[in-house]
Amino acid sequence: MAVIAEPVAKPISRFRFVLDRRDVLETVMVAPAILYVLLLVGLPLLLAVFYSLSAYTIYNPTWKFVGLANFEQILQNPTFLDTLRNTFVFTFGSQLLGLVLGKFGAFLLLQPFPGRKIVRALIILPFAVPVALATIAWQWMFDSLYSVINWTMIAAGLVTREEAPNWLGNPYLAMLCIIIINAWRFFPFAIVIFLAGITAVPQDVIDAATVDGAGFWRRNYQIILPMILPMVAIGLIFGIVFTFTDLSIVFLLTMGGPGGATSVLGFEGFQTGIVSGDVAHGAAISLFMLPVLLVVVIFTLRFIRRREI
Amino acid sequence: MPEPLARSLRVTGFSLGVAFFVILAAFPFYWMAITAFKQNSDLYDITNIPFWFNEPPTLEHIRYLFKETLFARWLSNSLIIGVCVTAITLVTAVPAGYSLARMTSRKGEALGIAIFLTYLVPPTLLFLPLSRIVTELGLQNSMWSLVLVYPTFTIPFCSWLLMGFFKALPIEIEEAAIVDGCSVFCAFIKMAVPLSLPAILTVVIFTFTLTLQEFVYALTFISSSDQKPITLGVSTDLIRGDVFFWGEIMAGALIAAVPVAIAYNLFLDRFIAGITGGAVK
Repeated sequence: MAVIAEPVAKPISRFRFVLDRRDVLETVMVAPAILYVLLLVGLPLLLAVFYSLSAYTIYNPTWKFVGLANFEQILQNPTFLDTLRNTFVFTFGSQLLGLVLGKFGAFLLLQPFPGRKIVRALIILPFAVPVALATIAWQWMFDSLYSVINWTMIAAGLVTREEAPNWLGNPYLAMLCIIIINAWRFFPFAIVIFLAGITAVPQDVIDAATVDGAGFWRRNYQIILPMILPMVAIGLIFGIVFTFTDLSIVFLLTMGGPGGATSVLGFEGFQTGIVSGDVAHGAAISLFMLPVLLVVVIFTLRFIRRREI
Repeated sequence: MPEPLARSLRVTGFSLGVAFFVILAAFPFYWMAITAFKQNSDLYDITNIPFWFNEPPTLEHIRYLFKETLFARWLSNSLIIGVCVTAITLVTAVPAGYSLARMTSRKGEALGIAIFLTYLVPPTLLFLPLSRIVTELGLQNSMWSLVLVYPTFTIPFCSWLLMGFFKALPIEIEEAAIVDGCSVFCAFIKMAVPLSLPAILTVVIFTFTLTLQEFVYALTFISSSDQKPITLGVSTDLIRGDVFFWGEIMAGALIAAVPVAIAYNLFLDRFIAGITGGAVK
């Protein structure tokens, strides 16, 4: 009889079927990540929509369907419209300020000078530090009595102690404060994006433009800017998404005050949904972010697609 | 205008510009540091010049932080959360990034973009349903809820970052291993993973710093002091009633912020390359 050795590899070969088929293996390897995201991002997103259409509170967890009643009630509340306006002012004010600072900063950092590496490291700091900790540092600088900013202005003779601004007590100044903190947080990011973009522009393109007679401004705004636009756009999209939905700066610095002057969508959703336990209305408030996010996502997709062509 | 004068004007203007940016960016940190080491009598005297020490510096605030508050506990909570989230992220994102990079079909591209877009879904949209899910799982008020939830933004981000890296890795290296008798999976483990160690290190650093920076989920899920991560503890727990202990708060903020700031500075270029995903080029 043929007692020739049974191929030892047999039990392994069944296993190898999975390990050798690229398409099967790829699916198996990407599955855990997809599942995690589906279960803890996709599912909650659906839940948020369901909550917003129900009368769910933590005291009375019912799935009673109420249609769009929550949204109607929210829109009829005049302070909500202020919240919406505040959110836009906060987002676009801080992004604009951040971009302007970023453009100038990048322009300076492009020139070689001694100590540039250290300067760059210092300028990155605001983007690196956890936002909650940065906010409380600014809170201390905006303190009503011990503000170092007021101290400096008084010492410089700009204001007297009596008329020194109460940064967080005045509605307009409080809005300015949260805009400044957020712009402060994002401008290093803008600088780095601009720098990465500008250094990626091939030098021969710039040289060709110079030879053709393009001056400084022309090179900047008609050659370099259009070339780095996709990259700047992606940076801006990040900034807009994370500012529009932010809650930490307002929560720690002003608690939406004074008198609702700095209340933003994320904060309002938190107050209603978590603090007051009215999950249905809280979810509905948060969902007002969705249209803006969708617009942003469509833009992102367009830029990513364009890159491929 | 004479040439030397114009030149020195330009140099002065340039230096002023650089100085403006450095002060704008770094002053709050200087302010944190000097507050952390000042005596209270120095801190709360408005006749003093606040920019330097009017009385000898003190370590009292730091001592208080470690002895009288839960600061050490928050530090270790953050460390545990960071390590666990990093482990979960690596186990899921490294294979995911690899297979997204190697998928040749159109489907792979779409899947990659879809995963990346979930990174843009903000916590403030998800925290209500997630807090219900966390409660259902019996994890409310526990730092393990954060270990469960933080991978929702670290996995998409890191998969995207690693996908970019694996795409740049020549497939011929793996094919050589397969010719030598490796299975496709073994080629991934023995060839692709060791070659991508720099990228994996970047992922580890960023996962860690992202967990340290997160605030919204921690605020939503956790209310007992001994379960808080460091950013939440320092920013919400060192205030008693209406009294702020600025020396302690700034000392805590400084200790938590310095390592993150250093890590970011070292890995920033990779971070930018990751999120812009080669938009230029």
